[in-house]
Amino acid sequence: MAASKLMTMRDAIARHVSSGSTVLLGAQLEQMIPFSAGHELIRQGRRDLTLVGPISDILFDQMIGAGCVARVMAAWIGNVSAGVGYCFRRAVEHGVPRKIDVVDYSNFTMALALHAAALGVPFLPTYATLGSDLLKKNGDLREFSSPVSEERLVAVRALRPDVAILHVQRADAQGNAHVWGSLGVAVDGTRAAQKIIVVAEEIVEPSVISSDPNRTLVPGFLVEAVVHEPGGAHPSPVQGYYGRDHAFFSQYHEQTRGIEGFETWLNQWVVRADGRAEYLKQLGIERMQSLGVKEHAYTVPADFGY
Amino acid sequence: MGVSEREHGFIVTARSETDAAGDRYTFSELMVASAAKEIADGELVFVGMRLPMLAFLVARRTHAPHAVGLFENGVVRETLSSALLYTMGDPPNLLGATQCGQMLDVMSLLQQGRINVGFLGAAEVDRFGNLNTTWGFRKKELQRLPGSGGACDIACLARRTVVLLVHDRGRLTERVGYITSPGYGNGTGWRRAQGLPANSGPSAVITTLGVIRFGEDGEAFLASVHPGVSVEEVLANTGWTLRVADELVETLPPSDEALAVMRELDPDHFWTR
Repeated sequence: MAASKLMTMRDAIARHVSSGSTVLLGAQLEQMIPFSAGHELIRQGRRDLTLVGPISDILFDQMIGAGCVARVMAAWIGNVSAGVGYCFRRAVEHGVPRKIDVVDYSNFTMALALHAAALGVPFLPTYATLGSDLLKKNGDLREFSSPVSEERLVAVRALRPDVAILHVQRADAQGNAHVWGSLGVAVDGTRAAQKIIVVAEEIVEPSVISSDPNRTLVPGFLVEAVVHEPGGAHPSPVQGYYGRDHAFFSQYHEQTRGIEGFETWLNQWVVRADGRAEYLKQLGIERMQSLGVKEHAYTVPADFGY
Repeated sequence: MGVSEREHGFIVTARSETDAAGDRYTFSELMVASAAKEIADGELVFVGMRLPMLAFLVARRTHAPHAVGLFENGVVRETLSSALLYTMGDPPNLLGATQCGQMLDVMSLLQQGRINVGFLGAAEVDRFGNLNTTWGFRKKELQRLPGSGGACDIACLARRTVVLLVHDRGRLTERVGYITSPGYGNGTGWRRAQGLPANSGPSAVITTLGVIRFGEDGEAFLASVHPGVSVEEVLANTGWTLRVADELVETLPPSDEALAVMRELDPDHFWTR
């Protein structure tokens, strides 16, 4: 049996994500955002990162505010339930804490950029963004004439992240990972990336994974590191494990209007909470319990027998 | 009045309940009921969140029981979710879904032209239905807004789009400063010239004051005013000289049935203040 890929978050980030890397986070949109990995990137002082993701909710805002980011390639950057991201705004409007480049995509063109990389082709065609200013400003979206019809289309350049960090419900020690619920761009995003870090709520036996191979989003042979990190996606939800902590998003929104408020937030939840266990302790057992599953809804088993 | 900073969605904090044309409903409820009427039975709908989500649910429970909802995260739903949603990825939106697929699974249907109607919000909409959710121009300062999300895709590729927003001069502007999501560009023939699909484009802009539609030339006109609202009020709150339909009507108030559904789904008026 191959050696386990299990390691701590600290080791996974130290070994596999360097400053200047292009990192995909939040492939499942509002669900299963790898907040604990983002926080570890902040603590380890990564700089000049390019963040890739369709939305990633407030994680991108936090990493921008912490000064880790040189460029964001995304469709939407803010706080999904509360509104704008103030750190993002400060960086774009005032260069605080540093100037960042923003490469604006739509959700579909972001998905196509990752799909192209996953397919190993330089671009994919689409009609999306024709007539928009996204097309004018984003150099990775180029108009061209179709070689097979009399049409104008947009070529979406392939986007290959150095590392994709994927939060999942369960994985085995090899990184064979089950995901259910919101998939977003997770299949293409992980196929597109050079390296994959899997962050799992639960570590299970390989037999659990192979009992339901349709649910395997990533095969372990593509995975570099597996981190067992229960609660690692909080405040985003993980289907079947915990709900979305809406109040946390609202409170972040209120507290980070000013830069001092953000610094206080960062110090409390990232700098002083050294690791997810500390973070969860600070959050309190009652709060995580209140977000827990109230009523289980198990799928009906499918018969793989023959 | 004004929208909160939640540009991604459709929180309308316009007026207080008592400002509404009667005591029977709020302006947000009127907008939801009007939006629901834009959905025909059996249609495929890119739903979005908040008021459009409520509109979709009202349509399903009233005149369009076979409408199907699609979400950008890959979720397809034909039943009501059991709880109020803050985001399309909330666990109650996935429980009981028909399908939890990938983003490309729903975007592929959109690009094929199979999505009948998509709902959008905006910071700004202009005379030709172009939308901006990328840059704000408040108090003469440039403000960076969150961006497109899936809005540009829906505006390009859905057969019809319906926009919901608060009606004021800052939002209904002659020309948007940035086209995040294209409408009819600068008028006749523009969409086709860009290469956008035939039979696509904005169908209605539902505001807190009335309903705006688009002529053959792609220019907006006032199609209906909400009860208690005058044409003058609409024109005074619009950033260009808005054309008015020859057969201008008053927006039909929400039916009792539609109101009952909204209040069952949103009992505390969280979305429909």
